[in-house]
Amino acid sequence: MMPEKERMIEMFRNMLEIRCFEEKAFELFGQNLVPGTLHLYVGQEAVAVGVCVNLGKEDYITSTHRGHGHCIAKGARLDRIMAEILGKKTGYCQGKGGSMHIADFSVGMLGATAIVGAGIPIAAGAGLSIKLRGTDQVVACFFGEGASNQGTFHEGINMAAVWKLPVVFVCENNLYAMGTRQSRVMAIENVADRAAAYGIPGVAVDGNDVLAVYEAAREAVKRAREGKGPTLMECKTYRHKGHSRFDPATYRPKEEVEEWLKRDPIRRFRARLSEIGVLTEEEANKIQQEVLAKVEEAVKFAMESPYPAPEESLEHVYAREGED
Amino acid sequence: MRKITYRDALREALREEMLRDDSVFLIGEDIGRYWHGAFKVTNGLAEEFGDERVRDTPISESAIIGVATGAAITGMRPVAEIMFGDLSALAMDQIANQAAKLRYMFGGQTKVPLVIRMPFGAGVNIASHHSQSLEAWFMHVPGLKVAMPSTPYDAKGLLKTSIRDDNPVMFLEHKLLYPIEGPVPEEEYTIPLGAADVKREGEDVTVVATLYMVHKALAAAEELIEEGIEVEVVDPRTLVPLDKRVIIDSVKKTGRIVIVTEDCKTAGVSAEIAAVVAEEALYYLDAPIKRVAEPDTPIPFSPSLEQFVIPNEKTIIKAIKEVV
Repeated sequence: MMPEKERMIEMFRNMLEIRCFEEKAFELFGQNLVPGTLHLYVGQEAVAVGVCVNLGKEDYITSTHRGHGHCIAKGARLDRIMAEILGKKTGYCQGKGGSMHIADFSVGMLGATAIVGAGIPIAAGAGLSIKLRGTDQVVACFFGEGASNQGTFHEGINMAAVWKLPVVFVCENNLYAMGTRQSRVMAIENVADRAAAYGIPGVAVDGNDVLAVYEAAREAVKRAREGKGPTLMECKTYRHKGHSRFDPATYRPKEEVEEWLKRDPIRRFRARLSEIGVLTEEEANKIQQEVLAKVEEAVKFAMESPYPAPEESLEHVYAREGED
Repeated sequence: MRKITYRDALREALREEMLRDDSVFLIGEDIGRYWHGAFKVTNGLAEEFGDERVRDTPISESAIIGVATGAAITGMRPVAEIMFGDLSALAMDQIANQAAKLRYMFGGQTKVPLVIRMPFGAGVNIASHHSQSLEAWFMHVPGLKVAMPSTPYDAKGLLKTSIRDDNPVMFLEHKLLYPIEGPVPEEEYTIPLGAADVKREGEDVTVVATLYMVHKALAAAEELIEEGIEVEVVDPRTLVPLDKRVIIDSVKKTGRIVIVTEDCKTAGVSAEIAAVVAEEALYYLDAPIKRVAEPDTPIPFSPSLEQFVIPNEKTIIKAIKEVV
């Protein structure tokens, strides 16, 4: 079942926001304005958007070092994400986290951890909390195929399965863990097959088809919300850029990259929307212009924001009594 | 005042806090109705509060702490039990990189009200994987608090405070202390974290001792009365925060200090306390700082070997006589 027309247009806009945001961030990085590193989400937009469109503001997500797309899809503000990436006081984490640790608890974004796989038990814990508090919230836990080789994947999913916790485990399989191709470190093709080991459903979908991701996530979220337990979703996708800042990704065959670029999730969705008469070329262009303007505003906000005062490095180590 | 065991004091603290606050729950291996914890601290609690709030887990230390952390950042107050302190190594990423750092990395957006209980210490012939004293590991991680109660009274008061604290607290118990009895009032009380306790007053030498070593230090002090040496025994009770004031005030009074801990000497807790005294009270010292700690070996099995490495009354007395 396809989402409603307005919803599909929102999904398209959201995917474009991620794409434009990331490309802008990369441009700023090239101008030496971004301290540290960047792990771009370009190419994987259909996953975050296809999953998060099934979630409400009160639902939770956990994220990874490649997390900007998850934040944007969950409803975090572009300007405050950009400010965080630039190390500014107005960033979501007041400059303490940076690109790899963005969180926005006000929209249920429980934060990005940069230890590969570490978010999996944390997401299960949010699921346990939901169960104990008796609400009908759901958690979506994003991680890569590389994380599925960590012990936390086994421990966290097993616990969520045996306790029937309301968690959707979303494996974004972009084929490479840094420079290591999946086939060099895993004897199976589908991470989703591992679900059988935990007695939960495992589904592998085309992660560059936002409607396929949407449909699979809708099922998984419904199942979680009904108290039937977790699902392991595997979204087959590809990062258009290298692993991080200076990575030219020479370990990937040229033909493979070209093949995947042809499957660009945004171009595909745009063509689909046009084909089914949801969006004209003109309307799509208008959305693109609006998104570009929004990203420019975010950059302006971030650039004009002050850096935190040096002494603020000493704050937030501990919560003090009575503090939120 | 009535006397109860250290084990019962801990159980009373858990029970009272669970009655007081619905968000408190227990999670760990074999803590439920079938075993009640390896050291029986959770006796009767699953029967009273149910299996949801006294939650047996798979053998998955990393996920126990990860799940507890995820629950803590979404409104719960978990008390996790790690069956033996040595096993904390399996959960170290979740303890040191996640629980300890989430608040900081996310710019104060969240807090992690989590207690991690675990038995420490040697002396019961269970060798290198069940006997270590690893408090220095946790003391070295900003974001963690570290409590080490030596008496039933301290155990109950500190555990109640730790559960109410909004930060991760490593709550380190000693397996030889569980059966010891001591006075514990019937009525409600708590003990602040960061308040050292002078367990015995004396004019001639300050002995700072932690956990089970407090009892060895007190026994040594009794023996030294005959020789006219009055020992002051200071128990920091929490290593983070560390009550430097009480330690320094005692040193100013006695001019001499012996530090007795059960962890390894190199880069151990005794080194930190010695450094504090050297930095802040050097000119009050009439003799060099002495440390009594375990030699830098794993804990051996055979009783003759094990007893050799654990500090005891004799080694403490010898150290005291060297400075008095």
